[in-house]
Amino acid sequence: MTDAPAPVVTVAGSSVRATDARGRALPGLNPFSLGLAARPGAGPLARRPVRLALGLVVPAVLLVAWQLVTASGLVAPYQLPSPASVWTAAVDLAQRGLLGQYVAISTQRVVLGFLIGAALGLAVGSVVGLSRLAGALLEPTLGAIRAVPSLAWVPLLILWMKIGEESKLTLIAIGAFFPVYTTVVAALRHVDAHLVEAGRAYGLRGARLLGAVQLPAAVPSVVAGLRLALAQSWLFLVAAELIASSMGLGFLLMDSGNNGRVDRMILAIVLLALLGKTTDALIGLAEKSLLRRWA
Amino acid sequence: MSPAPSTATRTATTTADPADAATARPVELHGVARTFATPAGPRPVLAGVDLSVAAGEIVAVVGPSGCGKSTLLRQVAGLDAPDGGRILLGGEPVAPYDARTAVAFQEPRLLPWRTLAHNVALGVPRGTPRAESREQVARLLDLVGLAGSAGLRPRQVSGGMAQRASLARALARRPGVLLLDEPFGALDALTRLRMQDLLLEVHASRPTTVLLVTHDVEEALYLADRVVLLGSLTAGAADTSVRSVVTVPGDRPRDRADARLAELRAELLDGLGVPTHHPAHDPDAHHSI
Repeated sequence: MTDAPAPVVTVAGSSVRATDARGRALPGLNPFSLGLAARPGAGPLARRPVRLALGLVVPAVLLVAWQLVTASGLVAPYQLPSPASVWTAAVDLAQRGLLGQYVAISTQRVVLGFLIGAALGLAVGSVVGLSRLAGALLEPTLGAIRAVPSLAWVPLLILWMKIGEESKLTLIAIGAFFPVYTTVVAALRHVDAHLVEAGRAYGLRGARLLGAVQLPAAVPSVVAGLRLALAQSWLFLVAAELIASSMGLGFLLMDSGNNGRVDRMILAIVLLALLGKTTDALIGLAEKSLLRRWA
Repeated sequence: MSPAPSTATRTATTTADPADAATARPVELHGVARTFATPAGPRPVLAGVDLSVAAGEIVAVVGPSGCGKSTLLRQVAGLDAPDGGRILLGGEPVAPYDARTAVAFQEPRLLPWRTLAHNVALGVPRGTPRAESREQVARLLDLVGLAGSAGLRPRQVSGGMAQRASLARALARRPGVLLLDEPFGALDALTRLRMQDLLLEVHASRPTTVLLVTHDVEEALYLADRVVLLGSLTAGAADTSVRSVVTVPGDRPRDRADARLAELRAELLDGLGVPTHHPAHDPDAHHSI
């Protein structure tokens, strides 16, 4: 990567800037011109629209294959309904106001549970990563709790907190907690000892040292942990909603399974995929700007 | 405050502002010892190191690699504690991470996510009003020739620039004792010479006691009032002590090609176990020439 300012083609960043800082077009800056094409990694694949388009190829192929398989009668509709009937199911649910409600409540649970779990993971991970005493005290127990499969918590949480929002948020928070906790602990333990010593030599201690040196140095791995935690939150959401809920995408999945509505089941799965991908893309954007700032 | 030797006082008072002059502190080491625990058993590094540095003096510490030069420096900074003996700064014992000292490490050790200006600001003592801190940082960046690069990140600048920022950060502390651990060792030869002159300029404008660890005998002779040679006192001994202290003649800035310095250089290199083939010191000289 070059440090030269302004109108360069960033290799990894994928944005080809053919204008200068004031937005005027730069003469002769054609990404396919010889000079730039010779730059390693600056082929058509370095361009965002191209990559976006390529990413849609497989879903499109799958959709077409799905349509062909169902239209040709190879698979019975009660096993795999056609894309059109799934669409119809979506429209039907939307008209009853259920689709929006399910998507909203599931997203809300994931976001809240993720925020709670990630904040706790950040706090506990910081303490365990920085204090040997806290590490010796907490690490074995947390490691054991981490080993408990998500579904194992459900009956207990329902018993303790009833079938309300609390039990679901707690389960999702547990799911979000561990990826953040483990990455924060590992990252803080691997912060460059030289930088920490320099920070101490310049009078930084405790929370100040954490804020000025240790956390910033850990930012790249912590962001990766947050991303993992968000994915885990969706995982735990479905675990929570499958068993005890009256709305949400997990409920839709369960309820449709009991009623034999394969179209709605597929709809729920597609929605989970889309929502998960969307939130991941959002956190990816945040990651990009954070890494620009801290890495 | 104990009197400084004449050369140091002269350099120190030329353009000094009184507030700065008041902060230069003498350093005293009495019988300093340090043994490191290693898997192979305890390894003595320093034993019975006695040294007295006057306020405002520049003292260079040279010695074979691994002899404990850096350990000694870290002890004066309070980054490491001696097992035996005492270290006094201005008559008072060194505290852990002593605020009266500032270290410029062998590597710049700048925070990669901060601009050079913000890195230098790290050195400004806490409690300094924001505006004053900003002004001080700007002045120091100007002093080390980085005024135009204040907004750049460490990875966007050369090694020499990063090392200058590290020096500015150390100066921002207004240290009573400035500790330099081979600060120019990783720089190319030309940049190193420029940095040495910069250090002398800085010392002239902001007098402070300087303890400089280096493996470069010429650098030691060019910069220091006195050069301390560390090494084992008896052949084969593992621990290090002060073998000799050389007072460098001549006022700064010195002529790098001074003949007297060449003599001392040969003497020091001999002490470091490096044959110099210098006529006055080479025992075989009368045979070969």
